Amino acid sequence: MSVVKHKVGFRDVVKSLVSGARLTLHHFLHADKRRKPVYISDESYFEQKEGLVTLTYPYEALPVPDKGRYRLHNEIDDCIVCDLCAKVCPVNCITIESVKATEDIGVTSDGTKKRLYAPTFDIDMAKCCYCGLCTTVCPTDCLTMTPVYDFPEVDIKNMVYHFTDLSPEQAQEKKQLLEKQQEEMAAAKAAALAARKQQG
Amino acid sequence: MALLAFVITISLMLVVVIVVVYAERKVAAFMQDRLGPTEAGPYGTLQPLLDVLKLLQKEDIIPAAADKKLFAVAPILIFAAVFAGFAVIPLSPTLVPAGVGIGVFYLLAIISLDVIGLLMAGWGSNNKYAMLGAMRSVAQIVSYEIPAGLALLSVVMICQSLDFQEISYQQGVLMNAFPGLEQEQNWLFGIRSLGFETTTVGGLTTWNIFRAPVLLVAFIVYFIASLAECNRAPFDIPEAESELVAGFHVEYSGFRFATFFLAEYAMMVLVCLVAVILFLGSWNTPLPNIGPIALANWTTGAPGGIASVVWGGFWLISKTLVLLFVQLWARWTYPRLRVDQLMHLCWKVLTPISIGLVLLAGLWRLLMI
Ligand code: SF4
Ligand code: SF4
Repeated sequence: MSVVKHKVGFRDVVKSLVSGARLTLHHFLHADKRRKPVYISDESYFEQKEGLVTLTYPYEALPVPDKGRYRLHNEIDDCIVCDLCAKVCPVNCITIESVKATEDIGVTSDGTKKRLYAPTFDIDMAKCCYCGLCTTVCPTDCLTMTPVYDFPEVDIKNMVYHFTDLSPEQAQEKKQLLEKQQEEMAAAKAAALAARKQQG
Repeated sequence: MALLAFVITISLMLVVVIVVVYAERKVAAFMQDRLGPTEAGPYGTLQPLLDVLKLLQKEDIIPAAADKKLFAVAPILIFAAVFAGFAVIPLSPTLVPAGVGIGVFYLLAIISLDVIGLLMAGWGSNNKYAMLGAMRSVAQIVSYEIPAGLALLSVVMICQSLDFQEISYQQGVLMNAFPGLEQEQNWLFGIRSLGFETTTVGGLTTWNIFRAPVLLVAFIVYFIASLAECNRAPFDIPEAESELVAGFHVEYSGFRFATFFLAEYAMMVLVCLVAVILFLGSWNTPLPNIGPIALANWTTGAPGGIASVVWGGFWLISKTLVLLFVQLWARWTYPRLRVDQLMHLCWKVLTPISIGLVLLAGLWRLLMI
């Protein structure tokens, strides 16, 4: 263990006072420089040793990593409403209600056939723990994480994000259509059954 | 005239205080690689004004167990003591609110009243932090008045006057215009036998710290002591935010707190003004007359004219702002002293030095005549 040498002489005191004053003056004189909001992969990230480090946040912000886990987004046009995300979610913050389509509703951008409507597709961002599991299981890659991390709300109800593209009336209509189709099918089935009975 | 001087002094003081409060935030920020206020007004310049407005809106809380009278009077007493000090400060060759012949003495006496206000605030609050802060503050201010007073005494001995205005005139080209100093002469470094007369050269050469170089040491002693007198870091143990919360004014809020705040910054301005007047040439220009290039005359103006008022005010205030910057610089550089270190510095270092200075100043005066 080395012995700490106390410097108490007048010269030492003045020397340390001067070096301290020089240090702060140096920082003061370089206050015209600012750190640039660049990402760590940028060449100049570690080169900016001088200048003010504060970023005026809402106006400028450090970029977030490419694979960062922030706010979810669902591209509902590409969603096949398979419910996998809701099942895997550890905190159960995804609520999906599905209605079978009566007609052909096309394919997603990767060619998967869509068969279901989603009258409800809610994600409660206040409950979400941003684990990203739902995005990995999504078969059509329509559920993704965006670089947005600043989305505070005054009313916590607004933290529930609704991704459905159906208005409540449309959803009602689709449900009635489905019911009608099922009734028709049931009637047709009954008719067929009756016809078979008569034959038999 | 007296009213005019009062209005000029109080408005000038408030403007300088506002500037210093803003500068304090910005200087602190820049030294710590931060931005400081940016939102209120361009570059955050409205911040100090808005701070005061905010404080004025706050509720004035008086603790139930406080000594109400002392508690209420203390901030006013402190502010009055500091503001009364401004009365004798000459702003230019002709503009001085109160031209008292014993200005230096009056100033020392009146700003000592400050201590009573601090003690009243600390005691009246009936709070242990406030009490501790007030006691520390009184111990500190009373101690540091000795080196500060002795440093000022050495100036008085060199200048042979207690009048701020006379001391100011002595430090520039206008010296012989002051009634009673018509025959006086200034010599380089105050040594007559060098045979280099600076009476008409003026500028830096006639500032007190060059007129009698012992005063350079006196200036440093006074500056350190004045930091302690206005409770500034590194001598801010009476307010020590990190240990005493805020010291003597911990119980104050609203308007009363604003008064403390104002008085504290006004005190900083006052001690810097005194340092400038007594050591750094007062309202005199730093530029000397060099042969035919009469820089000093050009940047002084004839006494009585409007030019001399403007130049005088300009030099006085810019020199004061430089010193204030040094105060801020010290605050954001040096850590706080312990109580024992503080007393050590005062009684074992500054006081002996300043006693020696008084002796030296007396001897130097002999060289000047
Ligand atoms: S990120 Fe995790 S917690 Fe959030 S919705 Fe997806 S699975 Fe659920
Ligand atoms: S896993 Fe993807 S496709 Fe399936 S319901 Fe969720 S978002 Fe839609």
